This record gives sequence, structure tokens and C-alpha cells, in this order.
Amino acid sequence: MQPNNGELKPLDHWIRVCKEHAFDLQFTRARKWKEEHADGVVVGYMPVYFPREVIHAAGGLPVGIFGGGDRKQIIKGDAYYQSYICHIPRSIIDLVLDNHTDHFDGYIFPSICDVLRNLSGIFKLNKLGKFVKYMDFPQNFLPEVGGVFYQQEMQHVMHYIKEINGKEVTPEALNRSIALYNTNRRLIARIYDIRQDHPWRMTLEELYYVVRAGTVMPVEEHNAILEQVCTHLERETGKAQDKIKVVLSGAFCEQPAVGLIRAIEEAGCYVVDDDLMLGSRMILGDIDATTAEPLKAIAHAYIHQSQLSSSIYDVDNPKENRLAKIVKDRGADGVIFASASFCDPSLLDAPIFQKAFDRMGIRYIAFQFSENINQFKVIKEQVGAFSDSIKLWEDEPAGAALTN
Amino acid sequence: MAQEVQKEKSMILQKEMIEGLFNDLASAKEKGRKVCYTFVPGNLSELIRTFDMLPVYPEINALQNAMRKKSAGYIREAEKHAHSEDVCTYVKCDVGMLLKGNIGPTGQKLPEPDVLLLSYTGCFTFMKWFETLKREYPDTKVIMVHTPYQENGVMTPEMTQYMVKQFREEVIPKMEEVTGIKYDEEKLKRHLELSREAEDWITKIFDTTKHRPSPIDAYFAGVYYIGPINIGFRGTQEAVDYYKELYSEIQERIRLGLGPVTPEGEMKEEKFRLVVEGPPNWTSFREFWKIFYDMGAVIVASSYTKVGGVYDLGWRHDPERPLEALAEYCMNCYTNLNIPQRVALLSKCITEYQADGYVTNSIKSCNSFSAGQLAMMRDLEDKLEVPVGFIESDLVDPRYFSYSNIKNRLESYFQMLAQRKMFEAAETNPAP
Ligand code: SF4
Ligand code: SF4
Repeated sequence: MQPNNGELKPLDHWIRVCKEHAFDLQFTRARKWKEEHADGVVVGYMPVYFPREVIHAAGGLPVGIFGGGDRKQIIKGDAYYQSYICHIPRSIIDLVLDNHTDHFDGYIFPSICDVLRNLSGIFKLNKLGKFVKYMDFPQNFLPEVGGVFYQQEMQHVMHYIKEINGKEVTPEALNRSIALYNTNRRLIARIYDIRQDHPWRMTLEELYYVVRAGTVMPVEEHNAILEQVCTHLERETGKAQDKIKVVLSGAFCEQPAVGLIRAIEEAGCYVVDDDLMLGSRMILGDIDATTAEPLKAIAHAYIHQSQLSSSIYDVDNPKENRLAKIVKDRGADGVIFASASFCDPSLLDAPIFQKAFDRMGIRYIAFQFSENINQFKVIKEQVGAFSDSIKLWEDEPAGAALTN
Repeated sequence: MAQEVQKEKSMILQKEMIEGLFNDLASAKEKGRKVCYTFVPGNLSELIRTFDMLPVYPEINALQNAMRKKSAGYIREAEKHAHSEDVCTYVKCDVGMLLKGNIGPTGQKLPEPDVLLLSYTGCFTFMKWFETLKREYPDTKVIMVHTPYQENGVMTPEMTQYMVKQFREEVIPKMEEVTGIKYDEEKLKRHLELSREAEDWITKIFDTTKHRPSPIDAYFAGVYYIGPINIGFRGTQEAVDYYKELYSEIQERIRLGLGPVTPEGEMKEEKFRLVVEGPPNWTSFREFWKIFYDMGAVIVASSYTKVGGVYDLGWRHDPERPLEALAEYCMNCYTNLNIPQRVALLSKCITEYQADGYVTNSIKSCNSFSAGQLAMMRDLEDKLEVPVGFIESDLVDPRYFSYSNIKNRLESYFQMLAQRKMFEAAETNPAP
């Protein structure tokens, strides 16, 4: 469903459209796109972040693969992963082996953790896709060291795509793509900013559909949808309820089932920031789209404008301070830490955050989830109690934190 | 008798080296020595020695604490401080030890780090681990060395250059700053020369399992053999002397036709030859080992002994290219190999050392090893038709070592191997 030239359609309509796309595990939009583009290259990328501009400029369609959630019964994936490994790699394997992605040309595995890294090796072992790229994001942040390495990594991706479509990527094409994704990030940021003060205008669940849909469709289409969504959200819709404001953190890779996202808000919270679709919001602000060296500009943005992430070494810019700032800037009352079960990056960060927040007096709760679990009674009660406690202790100093 | 004395000599040498290091650490502050905490995979021992620093290896402390039955308490302590049940237990054991006063495995207090050298090779947990320690030691400098992953099974010139630039622009200047010592490349080269020598001996030692019976166990005893190079002695004359001695002891065993030495004496009959993938369990190390030697199973190669460096394929530290050599060393550690490379290496071991079987010890809290092990196992089973066995345990958390489960599984596996051997024998020597 394409947004039609400027005619404003109701918000409900776009939410419905986005919901369909967001959970289309057949990746139909990409299939159609490939039919429409004779030399089009479909590239699947795993969480968290990948500079999609590069694929776009090379004549490809980047498509986010975020697991099967609670919508895919695992048949083959369990044979690949022990029970004490998170759920997402097994559902990704299942999607691929069940031919959901047979129209994909290549796969990109960003360096986020050992599980995804080794999954790239399983793809290689099983010869899945025309190319499999493990994208090693630099952990060195000197532009002439890590920045150069990052540019080489992006060049590898362009090389793989060129081997398929023979297309040379020009700086102009890259700048055009950067500009399109700048618009995309700006529009998403605009929605978050509106929701910060008026979270009742769009639920977290709806927001999630809108942002996630952007990972499986061409950016031009997504931008057009976002424009319309923003237009609607600028106006007052809905009514404020007596809910606390929270930031949701830790679910940046394996995604919780939508029921859980819904349950959090139903239990008395407005989620005013989150890291669910972190990759789409990873770069803060624009990337310079006017230079003769666009890859350098992308690398520069990665080094200087990345959002906090469990997969980026943070010692010079501690993540707890960055998350505390988000809480403050968004006017949130507390934080909900939601980690996928067995997710090392998220769980290893938890004590760092929690210790700091105890000291800073930021209230929080923490729980774990799995993408395929859709029973949330206990979590809903926990979140409800958290919300009640904050309302009850509104006048208390913030140090009276409810911790789990 | 003579062989007993020889066996003891290498063990004494190792004991002296390790005790010496811990004594040096205990008096480091008093003597003004700088202390560098770092990790085993991708350890820059030669560079640390060039700057005259003393290394502390948190993983080694964790495993030694486990062998001394101290890890359970430390893990509990860390879990009280919001550390999840499901993450790497080395980290929790280390954090617990720190919370309880940082008394090291030898009972001596460990000095605080002057520098945290985050040689981030083959495992993301390392990064989280030092992010955690940085919060405990806010004034300590962290030096991050990012080792690119061998995603395509090769070390490209650009990967090497990326690392060399990190050494030149960040690592060396920061080490100079911390120690007040100027970088001396000639000194580094001398250490690298000794590393190369030690690596030659190590390769020869692990290659002796080609013999029947194998004179050594390349997993349970292998973890002791790699001790000196994994704890900072690579690049020293002491390490070279130790490995030379060990090699000559093993040669003597071969000459006498002896099998491996176990904690209960010499293994009498070699029934099964195995290749093992995955780290061992440390909390019940002896019991774990016993299950194998009681059944006459000897490990002829293991991936775990390659975490601190892979030397079997011919790679060596090259003193003529000192920084490039350090870079390649880091990139070439086992967990920095991609999955097809790991499979190829294991496949070579299974074939060259004529293994009867392949066993995976899957560690609950180590994704760097565990994620992908099932696919690797299936691939080896398909390609080599090698019988595969699978057990689960943990590194240093005793809650995840179930003796009876592991024993039952292994017993069934050995039964299957025995039957297979019988069939094979019958096929090669059919009854008249
Ligand atoms: S959920 Fe966590 S552990 Fe699992 S693949 Fe994602 S980041 Fe890695
Ligand atoms: S996860 Fe595995 S490789 Fe990483 S630090 Fe822990 S034990 Fe070592």
C-alpha cells in the first residue's frame, strides 16, 4: 500500500498499513519491490543498527530481520541452539530455512554480540544467501583509525552488492540516500518529541508498528507515511490518562511480543522513549549529505552521533549518564528494563545501570521476556505496582526507588 | 622412577613461575610495579612485558577460584548486586571476588589495576566485563584494542593495519603514559623471538597425540600445559625452558609406550580417542576428567587449548614485524575464528589425530563458544561420519554441573563408540 500523493488519510489507516508491514514475516513488500526492480538487490540486516544508506545508494533494499516473535512456530531453529541461548537466532534460522527470505540476496550481521556473530557463521556454513557479511563496527573511535576501518567495512557491502547488480555507487547517490534517511530519522524523532508531551495521541504499540514498518519498506514510502502520521499527531487527539511516564530500555535486539508492549501501557505507563527499534534511531541528528566523501560522513556520525547502545564501548561516555539524561529530558518518572532472556549485552549492562540509578535516585524495575512468550500477567502486575508506587510516592524524594 | 622425576620437573617449573607471579603481584605496589589487568584471548603479553608491567588475568583467577571451591560464594555475591543468573560466570566470579576484598586464588590480595587492557578478542563479554570494572576503578585507564573478527576466514591487510594503528596511536602512547617507560621496539622483538620459540614447542607437544597410545591428554592435562602462555609468560625464557622440559618428558613417555598421566596415575589402556570442543568445567574438574579416564577415553585435541592462540596451522609471532605479529596473534585466537574456520580446524584435528569421536561440552554461560556448537557438530558428523557426543555444564558455577547427567550421557556415548568399534573390526576382519 503506497501513500498516495499528499492526500491526507486517517491515522488509523496508516497504523493498519504499518501493522501489516511490520509483522509480515513473508516480507511481501520486498518481494514486490524486487519484481518492480530488475536489478534490485534485497539485503536482510539483523539487529541492531546498519547504515542502510549504503544499501540504498547501491541499488538495494535494506530489510530488517527482527525474528519471528510470537508469530512463528519454531520447527528447525531449536536444533541449532541450546535452551540457554536467546530466542531470536533460532527464529531467524527458522524463517530462512522455511523460505521466508528466498527473495533475499544477502544478509548482514552487525556486530552486537557473540550469538549474532556466530549466526553469521552458520549462514556461511549453510551457504545461505549470495553473500553474508559480518559488519564489524569499530570500537576504536579515532576517525583516522576506527573511522577508516568503518569505511572499509561499508565498502565491502557495496562490493558485494556490485557483484550482483554491477552498479558503481557514486558520492552523489550516497548523499541522496543519506538525505532520505536523514528525513526518516527526523520524522521519527518528531513523533517521539510529540509523544514526550502528548503520549496519549499515539500508543506505544501504534508507534512500534509505524517505526518497525520502516524496516521492511523503501525509505521513500516510509517517509511519506511518517509525514502523514506527524501531521495527525500535531493535532490533539485522545485524552490524557493518569499514567506515569517511563523509558523502556534493554529490548534492542530480540523484540518483545506486541502483547507485552501493550501490557506495559495498559498497566499504567506511558512509554516516552524506548530502544525497541534502536537501529532506526541510532544516529542522533543528521548525517552530512553534502560532502565529497559520504562514507566518511557516515563514519563520522557513527563516532560522534551514536545513541547509547550495549554494543558500543562506552567508557568515555558512560551509558548510565546517557540513559539518565534521556529520562530527564523526556520528563520520565522511571525506567523499565526489559531484557530478552539470555541476552548477554542487555543483562551484563543491567547492574551498571541499576547501581547508578540507585545512586541517582532514578526509579526502575527490571524483567526478562522472550519473543515467543505472550503471557504477561506477572509482568503486567509488576508494572502496575511500579506505576502505583510512583504515583503514591510522587512527593517523596526520588531516592525511594522501587527496585526488583 | 626416572620418568616420575622428569614429570615433576616441568610441574615444579610451572608452579614456580605462577607462584613467582603472584608474589610479584602481592608486592607490586610496594615495589612500584605497574599492574595491567587483561584477558587471555588476544593477550599482549610481550607488550606488557616490554613496559615492565605485571599482568592479572581475571579469567584465570575465576577458574582457579572455582578449582578451590570458592566460586559459588563469589557468584552469589555478584547476583545479590543485580548480576543475572544467565551471564558469563567468569564475570560474576570476578565481581564477587572484588566485592569480597579482591583476595586472589592464592590467598594474597590482588593489587588494583593501573591499567585495564581490554584486548577485545573473540568475545563481547570482555567489553562488558571491563565496563563493569571501570566503574569499580574509576581512576584507572582503560585501553581498548578492538580485534576485527575473521568473518571471512582470513586476516586481511586492512584488518592488520587497523590493529597496528590502534597499537601506535592508542595502546603504546597510553602504556607509556601509565608506566613512564618509553616504548622499546628492540625489547619487544626479543620477547617475540622467545614467543616464537615457545610456540614451536607447544605445537610439537600437542602434536604428540598422533602416537598410540597418546602420551598426553590434550584437554584435561592440556589446560595445565597452556597455563604459562595464558598467564603472561609467553615471550620469556622461563616459558621456553618449561616447554622444552615438558616436551622431553613426553618424548620419554612415548619411548616407553606410556599413555597420559591422570590424577590417579597412568592411564592403562587407551580405548577411545576424542576431540573435545568447548571449555571444561572447573568446579568439578577432577570428577569430570575421571569420567573420561575411567572409560579409557583420551582427548587427542581440544579447541579450548587454542583460546590463547592457534599455532597448529603454522602461524607464529614474527619478531621482524612486531606490531603486525601482535595484530595477527589477536585475530588468530580460536574464538575469533568464524564458524567454518572452527569446523575446519576441528576437522583437521579429528582426521590427523585419528579420533574415534567428537564431544561438545557446551557451557551454559559462554555464548562465544556455545552459540553455533550444534551446527558445527552436525556439520562434522555429516562430513566425517564421526560419532558425536553432547554434554552441558558451566565454567565456574557449580549449580550447572550435574555429575549424574553428564556421566549417564557419556556412558551411553562410550557404549555407542564401543559398538561401532566392534562393527568396524568385524568389517575389516570378517569371521572366516
Ligand atoms: S537478544 Fe541479545 S544475545 Fe540474543 S542475539 Fe540479540 S543481542 Fe545477542
Ligand atoms: S563468555 Fe566465554 S569467552 Fe567470553 S569471557 Fe566468558 S568464558 Fe570467556
